[in-house]
Amino acid sequence: MSASLDIRLKRANKVYHEGEVLAGVVAIVSKEAVQHQGITLTMEGIVNLQLSSKSVGVFEAFYNSVKPIQLITSNIEVVKQGKVPGGKTEIPFEFPLHTKGNKVLYETYHGVFVNIQYTLRCDMKRSLLAKDLSKTCEFMVHCLPQKAKLQPTPVDFTITPETLQNVRERSLLPKFLIRGHLDATNCVITKPLTGELVVESSDVAIKSIELQLVRVETCGCAEGYARDATEIQNIQIAEGDVCHSLPIPIYMVFPRLFTCPTLETINFKVEFEVNVVIVLHDEHLITENFPLKLCRA
Amino acid sequence: MAAVQWHSRARRYESELQSCGLEVAPVEFSDYHPLKSITVTDSKSRRGARKGSTSSSSSSSSSVAPDPLSSMLDGTDPLSMFAAASASESPLTLSQSSSTGDLGRGKRREKEDEVGVDFEPWSSKRGEILARFTTTEKLSINLFMGSEKGKAPSLASSSAVSEKVRTRLEELDDLEEGSQRELLNLSQQDYVNRIEELNQSLKEAWASDQKVKALKIVIQCSKLLSDTAVIQFYPSKFVLITDILDTFGRLVYERIWSMCSDPHYSPDSFTADEVNDTAKETCLNWFFKIASIRELIPRLYVEVALLKCNRFLTKCGIQETVPRLTAMIRGIGDPLVAVYARAYLCRIGMEVAPHLKDSLNKNFFDLLGTFRQIHGDSVQNQLVLQRVEIPVYLTLYSPAIHWILQCVSYRAPEALLTEMMERCKKLGNNALLLNSVMWAFRAEFIATRATDFIGMIKDCDEAGFPKHLLFGSLGRSLACADPPEAERLPILNEAWKVITKVRSPQDYINCAEIWVEFTCRHFTKREVNTVLSDIIKHMTPDRAFEDAYPQLQSVIRKILTYFHDFSVLFSMERFLPFMDMFQKDSVRVGVCLSIMDVFIKHQQEPTRDPVILNALLHVCKTMHDSVNALTLEDEKRSLALLINGFIRMVSFGRDFEQQLSFCVEARATFCNLEPVLVQLIHTVNQLAMETRRVMRGSHSRKTAAFVRACAAYSFITIPSLTSIFSRLNLYLLSGQVALANQCLSQADAFLKAAVSVLPEVPRSISIEGKLRSSEGFLLDFINNFLSALLVVPDHPEAGVLFLVRGLLNMVQDYTWEDNSDAKVHVYISALPLLAAMSQESYLYSIPKVDSNETLYGGDPKFLAEINKLCETLIGQVLDHLKTLGRDESVHRQGSLAFSLFGCLLAHGDLRNNKLNQLAVNLWNLSHKQGYCNTRTSVRTLEFIKHQAQQPDMAYLSDMLHRLTLQSRT
Repeated sequence: MSASLDIRLKRANKVYHEGEVLAGVVAIVSKEAVQHQGITLTMEGIVNLQLSSKSVGVFEAFYNSVKPIQLITSNIEVVKQGKVPGGKTEIPFEFPLHTKGNKVLYETYHGVFVNIQYTLRCDMKRSLLAKDLSKTCEFMVHCLPQKAKLQPTPVDFTITPETLQNVRERSLLPKFLIRGHLDATNCVITKPLTGELVVESSDVAIKSIELQLVRVETCGCAEGYARDATEIQNIQIAEGDVCHSLPIPIYMVFPRLFTCPTLETINFKVEFEVNVVIVLHDEHLITENFPLKLCRA
Repeated sequence: MAAVQWHSRARRYESELQSCGLEVAPVEFSDYHPLKSITVTDSKSRRGARKGSTSSSSSSSSSVAPDPLSSMLDGTDPLSMFAAASASESPLTLSQSSSTGDLGRGKRREKEDEVGVDFEPWSSKRGEILARFTTTEKLSINLFMGSEKGKAPSLASSSAVSEKVRTRLEELDDLEEGSQRELLNLSQQDYVNRIEELNQSLKEAWASDQKVKALKIVIQCSKLLSDTAVIQFYPSKFVLITDILDTFGRLVYERIWSMCSDPHYSPDSFTADEVNDTAKETCLNWFFKIASIRELIPRLYVEVALLKCNRFLTKCGIQETVPRLTAMIRGIGDPLVAVYARAYLCRIGMEVAPHLKDSLNKNFFDLLGTFRQIHGDSVQNQLVLQRVEIPVYLTLYSPAIHWILQCVSYRAPEALLTEMMERCKKLGNNALLLNSVMWAFRAEFIATRATDFIGMIKDCDEAGFPKHLLFGSLGRSLACADPPEAERLPILNEAWKVITKVRSPQDYINCAEIWVEFTCRHFTKREVNTVLSDIIKHMTPDRAFEDAYPQLQSVIRKILTYFHDFSVLFSMERFLPFMDMFQKDSVRVGVCLSIMDVFIKHQQEPTRDPVILNALLHVCKTMHDSVNALTLEDEKRSLALLINGFIRMVSFGRDFEQQLSFCVEARATFCNLEPVLVQLIHTVNQLAMETRRVMRGSHSRKTAAFVRACAAYSFITIPSLTSIFSRLNLYLLSGQVALANQCLSQADAFLKAAVSVLPEVPRSISIEGKLRSSEGFLLDFINNFLSALLVVPDHPEAGVLFLVRGLLNMVQDYTWEDNSDAKVHVYISALPLLAAMSQESYLYSIPKVDSNETLYGGDPKFLAEINKLCETLIGQVLDHLKTLGRDESVHRQGSLAFSLFGCLLAHGDLRNNKLNQLAVNLWNLSHKQGYCNTRTSVRTLEFIKHQAQQPDMAYLSDMLHRLTLQSRT
């Protein structure tokens, strides 16, 4: 005999906002009746911080994982000890998403050193002879949209050998002129990053032009803070020797879960940047960095 | 049983005819008549006014001879009615993936922005591209799945099945996460197979719910499109891989569609609001996944493949996505890769949202914008590396640009086309574009500007796109639409000036073949002749024609479509020399077949033109000579049909002798085709009868000699036929013709020959491949023969009734089937003949031929001879009846007895007591067993009653009393 436990949320996209009600059903499917000692539901929101080995020593990183920050927690007993009849049983539930005190529900975010995650766990306790059943389900929390109207902040850029920093031998660089603009650096997270790029001239053929989305995570702890930048994704927008002086669109969709509105708290920070990377045929790599400010509108 | 005495009843044929003639009732046209066409109220699909009945249509017909069959079928042919009915309905949608899906709907609501039937679908281009862009070089497939854990490629190319299965299984494993493989040194066929395997594993992965794996396969496949190694193969590679993408797009769409499982809205016209959240979420997931594909080309292709899924999300999703994708293609550096990506986008765009014309145009203008890339350094370097010539490289673009332009120009306003053309004109080295413009734009558009185009073609760079291709494209357009009258000749001259300079025979003929149509369409035989001679000049050196048979055949076909007058056709000096280039037998025969086909279809009147006759005789001879032991029966039949059609069309009018000598020649030429010989004999017989008609029945010395010559022709031709029944029937027919022409000895010879051939008739013959008993055919023939014998006078030197006796002897000696009554049936049917022969004046006779009635003048000896013969026959029949009585075949006995009774009743003189008694006995015998058909018996009795009322037949009433009707109980 086997019973299966499942949590089904009402919303297909599992996205909820602060103040809303998280609703759904616990579904139990079994051929025969199931004896149990109570079914409970636990809702939890946690920020996990981790120190990278790069910023602090290896051992500190290993031992000094910063304590997780609990954002919200709630526990209810759905069914008291008893018996669930055979067949399919659905038990509806509701959780109001209210925080205690001055805590804020940060938006769900899956990063490297910072993780903000909301889970819903259902446990069915059973007698000693049978295994306890458990099912976990993640749900997404989105911030409430910003009230202030967002003013687009377009950025124009020009890249030439002269504008580059961090060059060892400037004279060895081939000549090139690349112009472009981003439509905005303060982006709405649901809208793509857009802009245009024009290769006006280049002595060496271009191999590839890419957009690199980078997260910058900062964790504060007793010893100070650690700041790390890692790549989220790399999107190629041009391949091969593209036609000169023809605008090439810059277009990137912000991935879900891996991005969230730019976040700044006492303990940690999550920021984003985009790099326009131009790879030349002689393996020269030219990067132009643009900090982004993401928000939800 | 004692010998019977026979006395024939004296007949007065004329009065009998009058008394039994039916009343003549005038038939009203409106009356029902089985042969009249059934008047059906016109079905709606049929617009042409149809005549109410056959008779009225034939009475109003003009010079064309009314063909009873065709006028019969006019309007009421059930097949064409079905066809009309089904044409008005929408054809079934074949498959969802192909663009033909739109065709069905296109008919019902002809909207401006729908894709109609006149849009040539991609599926028709596919095969063409695959066949055209091939390579012998080695190809490679590079597949990276997930992380880069290398795995040695195991290329076991073994033919053993188990081995094959194993490698395939391995391959499937290899597609799992973390594998990478590079397949090197693949031949083109291997490559195609691999791609097909990928297609299969995509479907399998999908079916087993491994969506991520499916997506990975698709990404890997589309990544192959960024690889331009072995560039000649790129167009074909594009076709193969977009097939996979199509599959993927369809799978995803169908899956999401199944999630919205709401039967209320139709798949064609739902809106995004009606889609439920789960489906939307799934769809959104796909798009997020695709948006994070690292490389540009796979991301682009996969997104295009899923374009249709945008309908699930928002109303104007597609409308917003297409322009973005169009702009995205700008990021592709390699112009060839970019142009094919555009072609794919245009294709899916046309399928999913044909109303988004702007994006199509944008695509084309972007293409123009990046056109200079083609001549950029990176491309040149690549070509040098791969050792590909510029003209070859440029032709690789054609399918994609053709397609884009086809989409752009589809139902586009004239102004837009003009604008596009102007923009193409402005670009340097635009031959490639020019070619596609001529290919894809409406033919009428091209035709009205043909002179401009020629000018532009002339201005093109010699080193770039091959000019013969440009002229080929122009010719193709001009073949469908007519340029202004005055420009036609200059156009032809200009074009041909260039074409004739093309050096490679293959290129030359490809181009020339196209222009032949234009020439035939607008010019006379003189110009066509010139063109032909030019083709001959180019194709003869080094036997170049051997590689160009399809094109040369097409030239002939085109000429035949436009020149139906064969006297004109064959008066072209170069036509026959042109035919001589077909030196491969099968091709030659094919060409001959098509010529004859056209001749038979279009030649209205018989001809005696020596040019036509000579040429066609030559053509037919070629066809005939192709017959050998391996030729199929059907092939022979169709060849013979065509040759017969030709022979029927030959007529020398009053010059009968020449006609005969033509037949002699034809017989020598076509001796291997039996149906042709049969036709020739018929022709000659007809010739003899025609002569008789012209001479009004009395031959002069000269014509008598001629008809004898005709008879001689038939007589010596018939024995060479193998089919026994053809021989018999032709002997009989020719004998009748000879008799009609007063050639008595010839007629005798024919009939004697027929009798002497009789024993050779096999008991079973093969008809349409099945063995059948020949008995029925033989009986038919003998009956036919007997009726002819009535008018054949006895030969003065042979005995009385020489032929009849001869025939009966043959019948007696013939090995009939066991247990068959056929022989007796022949005997019974000989009785009426003999009875007819003993009349004072015969039922029918041949003018100017004295039959036996005149020869013997009712001589008692002659009559006695006949009676004796009858008695012998009756004796034989009675003997046979007796044997039947012994056996268990009383049923047969009854029916035989009844037919003999009928014969006696009709032809015997029943005043004679013995004969009368015999008749009564036969009646009783036939009714004894109760197998007799009561209805027939009743009607027979009624007939006798009716006959008995006539003054001289009163004796029948006595007999009537003695005939009792036995009921079966």
